[in-house]
Amino acid sequence: MSENRPEIKKKNKKQPISDRRRFILNMARGAGIATIGGFMWSAYIDEVTASELVLRPPGALKEDDFLKTCIKCGLCVEACPYDTLLLAKPGDNKPLGTPYFIPRDVPCYMCPDIPCVPVCPTGALDEASVTTDGVLDINISDMGVAVVDDESCIAFWGIQCDACYRACPILGTAITIEYEKNTRTGKHAFMKPIVHADACTGCGMCEHACVTEKPAIFVLPRENATGEAGSYYIKGWDKEDEKRLEDAGEIKTVTEISKESAMDSLNGSLEDLY
Amino acid sequence: MQKLWDNYRYLFFRRFTQISLLVLYFGANAWGWNVLMGNLSSSLILGVIPMSDPYAALQMLMAGAVLSIDLLIGVGVATLFYLLIGGRAFCSWVCPINMITDAANYLRRKLEIDRVQTVKQPASRNIRYWVLGLSLVISFIMGVTAFEFISPISMVHRGIIFGIGFGWAAMLIIFLFDLFVLKNGWCGHICPLGGFYSLLGKFSLIKVHHSEENCTLCMKCKDVCPEKQVLYMIGKKSLPILSGECTNCARCIEVCDDDALRFSIRELALKRKTGE
Repeated sequence: MSENRPEIKKKNKKQPISDRRRFILNMARGAGIATIGGFMWSAYIDEVTASELVLRPPGALKEDDFLKTCIKCGLCVEACPYDTLLLAKPGDNKPLGTPYFIPRDVPCYMCPDIPCVPVCPTGALDEASVTTDGVLDINISDMGVAVVDDESCIAFWGIQCDACYRACPILGTAITIEYEKNTRTGKHAFMKPIVHADACTGCGMCEHACVTEKPAIFVLPRENATGEAGSYYIKGWDKEDEKRLEDAGEIKTVTEISKESAMDSLNGSLEDLY
Repeated sequence: MQKLWDNYRYLFFRRFTQISLLVLYFGANAWGWNVLMGNLSSSLILGVIPMSDPYAALQMLMAGAVLSIDLLIGVGVATLFYLLIGGRAFCSWVCPINMITDAANYLRRKLEIDRVQTVKQPASRNIRYWVLGLSLVISFIMGVTAFEFISPISMVHRGIIFGIGFGWAAMLIIFLFDLFVLKNGWCGHICPLGGFYSLLGKFSLIKVHHSEENCTLCMKCKDVCPEKQVLYMIGKKSLPILSGECTNCARCIEVCDDDALRFSIRELALKRKTGE
């Protein structure tokens, strides 16, 4: 058998490759190259869509759904009368072509007719999420949450500043001023701005108005600005909060011992003593 | 002058169309015009008629997005429009990349780069269909519109309307690729949007028709054609160019001095072929 081999090899070299072999090899080559390209492509997309700190226009779907639904047409950008909205361009390090805004430069001015939302052709900006009783309501929009850095906020130093409070379009609800005694001097008062996350829309007018060099109050996407207690804790003596646990499931751990009831398990093991 | 017009009339109209569309889109963002708002991914014509990229919508569908009614209407309008005028008419009459790749191709011919490259075109024109398929698979797996995040077409088009950023790099890459690496590289081999419109264009109404009896075999048409393989019948048979890969750019029609190529409606062309 082994003597025949060289002959076969020679023969193969001269003979043209059969159509079937050519087809199979070409398909394999295509599939192989597609795999290389596919993984590189996927890796790139995974990276560019991982950008978390992006503030979206009002009514935007949750980021995951937003990224698959936004067609990147820029109609919301064109509809915005204040040039607040931008489309991410190469070099912005944001998911390419999607709308966002930088409140320190231009905040959302919370137009009552929300022109950016109804123009969206794909529903990536969801009209229903900014509608109360059939009327557009910008006050329930959720672009993010303002966060105060009390180290750099000069109101926390005792200097009287309420720039953010005055700038807030729903002042008194989303931001309140709380008075507190200044124990450092013993004679003065702090007038601290407090953000109420449930009312804050994340428009960023406070960030835009903040007088410090780098804003001491700034907007983060709600996902990044909030924690979550989970179902292990409830507020004591609060009937409303207890309702949260109505649907909470039971976590049951099954081990070798817990197959039987605890009592049987304890009694059963006594047999070993005798 | 007459000769110049005869030989470049469609090219002139194409450039005019491409640039006018860009100006109208730009005006919508810069000065609030409402003739043509949005961009090539999704537009609003005169503030009423929606038009959306069917390929983008297909990726959205694969990614698991809920397609809105507005989007579906826009996709319908765009699909009907390109079924009428030829699928890849998008490529040669609308797409801004066309000007870049045409420039590269022109320079390639003038510099005679093909004579330096001894290897035959090393890549298959079917790559675009592989990329098309791959984009849908990745959209499905990753849950985002895969091609829309890397598309140099929308990068450039968006860039012109909304600010370019580093989008100029995408333009340069495509120009250099077509000039030095692969002739008709981007538009003729890789672009999945072109691939998508090729498939759509198979069924489109307006086609170029070849009359073999007029042909003098000068091969000027094959010289200028960005998709030479569609002109296989030149000088051999009177046939309409039915391949969807033809971009209806009409360069072949205007460089032909013998009236051997002209636009025709698909059915008429087929009838003429079979003898009424």
